[in-house]
Amino acid sequence: MRLSDAPKGAQAVVQSVTDAHPADPIAQRLRDLGFVAGEPVRLVARGPLGGDPLLIQIGSTRFALRKTEAARVEISVGGAA
Amino acid sequence: MSAVATRIALVGNPNCGKTALFNQLTGGRQKVANYAGVTVERKEGRFVAPSGRTLHVLDLPGAYSFDATSPDEAITRDVCHGRYPGEAAPDLIVCVADATNLRLHLRFVLEVRRLGRPVVLALNMMDAARRRGIVIDVARLSQRLGVPVVETVAVKRGGAKALIERIDASVPNVVPAPIDQAGVDELHAEVRAILADTVTLPRDTVAIDDAIDRWALHPVFGLAILAALMFFIFQAVFSWAQPVMDGIEAGIAALGTFVTGFLPEGSALHSLLNDGLFAGLGAVLVFLPQILILFLFILVLEESGYLPRAAFLLDRMMFRVGLTGRAFIPLLSSFACAIPGIMATRSIQDPRDRLTTILVAPLMTCSARLPVYTLLIAAFIPNRSVWGLFNLQGIVLFTLYFAGIFSALGVAFVMKRLRKDKSEHALIMELPSYRLPNVRDIALGLWERALIFLKRVGGIILALTVLLWFLSSFPGPPPGATQPAIDYSIAGRLGRMLEYVFSPIGFNWQICVALVPGLAAREVAVAALGTVYAMSGSDDALASQLGPVIAQQWTLATALSLLAWYVFAPQCMSTLAVIRRETNSWRNVAVAAGYLFGLAYLASLATYQIARALS
Ligand SMILES: Nc1nc2c(ncn2[C@@H]2O[C@H](COP(=O)(O)OP(=O)(O)OP(=O)(O)O)[C@@H](O)[C@H]2O)c(=O)[nH]1
Ligand SMILES: [Mg+2]
Repeated sequence: MRLSDAPKGAQAVVQSVTDAHPADPIAQRLRDLGFVAGEPVRLVARGPLGGDPLLIQIGSTRFALRKTEAARVEISVGGAA
Repeated sequence: MSAVATRIALVGNPNCGKTALFNQLTGGRQKVANYAGVTVERKEGRFVAPSGRTLHVLDLPGAYSFDATSPDEAITRDVCHGRYPGEAAPDLIVCVADATNLRLHLRFVLEVRRLGRPVVLALNMMDAARRRGIVIDVARLSQRLGVPVVETVAVKRGGAKALIERIDASVPNVVPAPIDQAGVDELHAEVRAILADTVTLPRDTVAIDDAIDRWALHPVFGLAILAALMFFIFQAVFSWAQPVMDGIEAGIAALGTFVTGFLPEGSALHSLLNDGLFAGLGAVLVFLPQILILFLFILVLEESGYLPRAAFLLDRMMFRVGLTGRAFIPLLSSFACAIPGIMATRSIQDPRDRLTTILVAPLMTCSARLPVYTLLIAAFIPNRSVWGLFNLQGIVLFTLYFAGIFSALGVAFVMKRLRKDKSEHALIMELPSYRLPNVRDIALGLWERALIFLKRVGGIILALTVLLWFLSSFPGPPPGATQPAIDYSIAGRLGRMLEYVFSPIGFNWQICVALVPGLAAREVAVAALGTVYAMSGSDDALASQLGPVIAQQWTLATALSLLAWYVFAPQCMSTLAVIRRETNSWRNVAVAAGYLFGLAYLASLATYQIARALS
């Protein structure tokens, strides 16, 4: 499942971050920020207009990610992929 | 290392307290605030260590990675790699990490360590970490990293003691940190291993942050809270300041009467003091309380950690019109002054978003516009309450602010349409923990703002006012002249010439005269109006009371038209200069000045003609 489709509040684990195009700087930045396989993440809140951006908790840090950015992150919720 | 190490750079993730540490070490007063991307330039300072050695300290913008994605991160990367023009790599890197956020920050520490330069790790925010029950085995951490580790509390007096001692001890014989060649995934794996070994973290989040965010980021209440907050600020700026302003006004008038009482009436010195200084500068000085109230709110908001939340709430809307949520903080700073606002855009990664933000920043109502707005509103808008809840003057002020905001959105939208490159824009913005602002810091911040304002009044505004007084006094009237002296002066003639251009938008020649020095800085126009009217009026009692004079002499349509002019007109040389510096292009300056003057003229024309037709 993609992080952008994650249910609100559910604990999930990052599987991978995929490049939307070759040498994708956004994907690279997400990896630098800790979106790497095995990290627990949680979707905390959605923005007021069209549910965008998303508030993502990873470790002790909260990031606002747009849906298109979060869609690069593949996650598994509750053990299922 | 053979040479004595003297140059120290503070490096770390955004918002970890580098600047707070820098201020603590050097006694500096660089800006500290609770969001990522406060520092966007390298700043130098120095301090004398207990050993007597003088050390140069460099404060750098925060960076998540040396793989820079924004101009401010690029500065940090270049300085650390010794690629910054005219500057060798620092002799010692003090890597600062937020102890409450080590999972993120340690990764960058590892990246810094790989430079192979001498590194000391400062675990900052230890007070917050202790409060949250986070326990860090510092000795073990130091051992695993292979670099010295110290604990600091940058916002507490003496909170950097351990760091200073450590630097002092290591400076003569710094050892480069061990180099490893791990890939990105390995770095994260190493962070995880180190954390598991050295840190106990009871809980990932702070309960109070979660509780506040449930409301502050709620889809409905969040926006309502934001709107109410903004409205409250504008009301407060207008209504809280009034009593103090009345007091200052009376004080200046009394002082003016007292001082000029000693001088012979009709002498040039009498006129310079009375019409130039007291009428001119006094008219601007009155606005100090309003400006301080505005800054009070801005400082509190900046330190609270709320601003990135507001950016979160507004991102979608801003994105639709061609901006980004990240533009919120630069644009909000522009309410104080467009210059720091435009500089703050360096933390926007996308160059297109950044340029749009720079070009619309002058549309945010900066504090220099407040004197103009307040003067006109107080003179022309009745002070009555609306629905027993709001004040009509406050509502007009609010409307002016919103006119600026909405036109900024409109301009951004047009720019988005004109743009050919439609590739994706990034947001990726960190939301910090909430923090209670420190009363002393806020008070100091306000004191600084007051000094800056007074320096402006005593500097450029004084100079221009005196210059204007000269131009309005000379040449003197011919013998047997029937009009006030100013009519025969250079300024008077210039005003009459400009009147041809500006009469369609309802400006009389006095306004035209005031607009010319007002090009340098907006508040000058108020001082200039004060001088011009004092010079052309016969009644000295009126001199210190510009409001009643213009209320008598202008039509409502003229006043509204001038208000509309000030929403748009780029009457600030420094703003244009900073646009040139930040975008490195005269073309952008021309675009900004051109479209802003164009909009100003059109808006004033429409306002004036409609207001006249209606009345
Ligand atoms: N509780 C606590 N707060 C701190 C400490 N050090 C800094 N802060 C706060 O952390 C926030 C960020 O501080 P800054 O010094 O602006 O951080 P910075 O690293 O320079 O940030 P950028 O310039 O954006 O990279 C501010 O709200 C400070 O008041 C500390 O030791 N304890
Ligand atoms: Mg800083």
